[in-house]
Amino acid sequence: MLRMLGEYLVLMFATFKRPDKGPVFRRQLMIEFMGLGVDSFGIVIIISVFTGAIVALQTAYNIDSPLIPLTMVGFTTRQMMILEFSPTIISLILAGKVGSRIASEIGTMRVTEQIDALRVMGVNPANYLILPKITASMLFNPVLIIFSMVLGIAGGWAACVISGLVTSTDYIAGLRSWFEPYTVTYAIIKTLVFAFIIASVSGYLGYYIKGGSVEVGAASTKAVVYSSILIIFFDLILTQLLLV
Amino acid sequence: MIEVKNLYKSFGDNMVLKDVNTSFEKGKTNLIIGQSGSGKTVLMKNCIGLLEPDEGEIRFDDRPFSRLIEKDKKYIRQEMGVLFQGGALFDSFTVEQNVMFPLNMFSEMSQEEKRDRVNFCLKRVNLENVNKLMPAELSGGMMKRVAIARAISNNPQYLFCDEPNSGLDPKTAEVIDSLIREITEEYQMTTVINTHDMNSVLQIGQRINFLHKGQLWWQGDYHTILDTDNPELRDFVFSTELTRRIK
Repeated sequence: MLRMLGEYLVLMFATFKRPDKGPVFRRQLMIEFMGLGVDSFGIVIIISVFTGAIVALQTAYNIDSPLIPLTMVGFTTRQMMILEFSPTIISLILAGKVGSRIASEIGTMRVTEQIDALRVMGVNPANYLILPKITASMLFNPVLIIFSMVLGIAGGWAACVISGLVTSTDYIAGLRSWFEPYTVTYAIIKTLVFAFIIASVSGYLGYYIKGGSVEVGAASTKAVVYSSILIIFFDLILTQLLLV
Repeated sequence: MIEVKNLYKSFGDNMVLKDVNTSFEKGKTNLIIGQSGSGKTVLMKNCIGLLEPDEGEIRFDDRPFSRLIEKDKKYIRQEMGVLFQGGALFDSFTVEQNVMFPLNMFSEMSQEEKRDRVNFCLKRVNLENVNKLMPAELSGGMMKRVAIARAISNNPQYLFCDEPNSGLDPKTAEVIDSLIREITEEYQMTTVINTHDMNSVLQIGQRINFLHKGQLWWQGDYHTILDTDNPELRDFVFSTELTRRIK
C-alpha cells in the first residue's frame, strides 16, 4: 500500500511538469476532450434523464400525507440531483467508462514498449500521456455534471407530467423553493476532485503495468474499482468538510 | 563511439551483467549476440537509459550518460534512435504522424519541412504512399521499416536495434539488415544491434560482442566468428543445422 502511494506520488511529480512542446500538449488535450469528454455525453444523457425521472416518481410515491405539498417533489429532485446524483453517480459511471479506457490505453502502450519509446526519445511519458487526460477530465467533467443536473431535473419534470402524479406548476414551484447556490459550488468542487481521482488513479494503474494482455485487463478492472472506492471515500470527506 | 566500462547489473540476487567492458564504433554495425538470458537486452537497456547500472559507466563520445540525472539524459537521448523488437509504433497515430513525432517534439521545422523529412525517411526505407495508413494495417516488415524511419527522422548519431529481425521471414530480415547497414554507413552513425539471428551476424556483424552468462566472452567480426575456437561461442554459432553445413 505504501509502495503504491509512493509510486503514485512519484508519477504525479513527473506528470505535473511543464510540457515539452505547447502545441503538442494542446493537440493531445483536444484529443482527450473528445475521447474522455464529448464521447461521454451519450451515457450521461441516458443516466441523468432516467435517474431524475426515478427520483421524482419515488418521491411522489412516498408522499402520503396531505400535509406535505407536492411541490416537495420538484424540490427533492433538484436537491438530489445537485447534491449527490449528478456529481457522485455520474462520476462513478465515468470511473467505469473513462477510467477503464485510460488504464487500458496506457497499459497497452506500456506492454508494447510505446512508453519506453517515448522515454528513449527524451520525452517525459507521464507528462505527455497523463497530464492531458487529467486536465481534460478536470475541465470537462464539470460541464458534464452541470449538463447532468439540468437533464435530471428535466427528466423528473417529464416523468411527473406524463404520469400525472404532480402538475408542471407544482414541480416548477418546488424547483424554485429554497435554492442555495452554494450547493452547485459544492457539487463542482466534488466533481473536480473526482475527475482528478479517475484520471490520475487510472493513469497510474496503466503506467506501472508489468506483463501482457491479462495484466492490461486486470489494470482496467482495478482502475474502476479503486477509483470508485476513492470517489465514495472522498465524497464522505468532502461532504463533512463542505456541508456539515 | 559508445564506451561501456566495468558495467555491473543485478536484479535482486541475480547478477545479469558482470564487469562488461566494450565499445561500439562509429560508422559500424556493432552486434551484441548471445543465448537467451545472457544479458543482451539488459546491456542494451543500460545503454539507452531504460535501466541504471549498479556499477560502471556508459559514455557517448566521451560524455558520461549513465551518471547523468534524468533531466540531463534528455539531451543525449535526442541524439538516439531506437528500433524496438515489436516496432513500438504509436498505434493511435498514422505512419506519417509516427515518423513526424520526434520532429514535432524536438525540432523547430515548419510543417512543410517536417512533411518533406517524413517523406524522405519513408523513401529511404523503401516505403512510399503509406503515410495515411495506421500501424495495424502494416505487415511485420513494413512496421519495422516505419520504426527505422522514425528512428532516423531526427538525424540520430546513435542507433539501437533490439532484435530487428524477430518475427520476420528470412528474405524480409535480410532487407532490414541491409537497410540498417546502409543507413549506418551513409549517416556514419554508431549502431548497436541486439540479435541472436546468425544470418544477421554473418551479414552485418562488422563488430561482434558475444555475451555468455552476463560476461563479455568474445569479440570479433563476421570474418573471424566461424573460425573461433572459443567453445561457448562455437556452441552458440553452430547450434543450427544451417551453420553446421556452412562450416
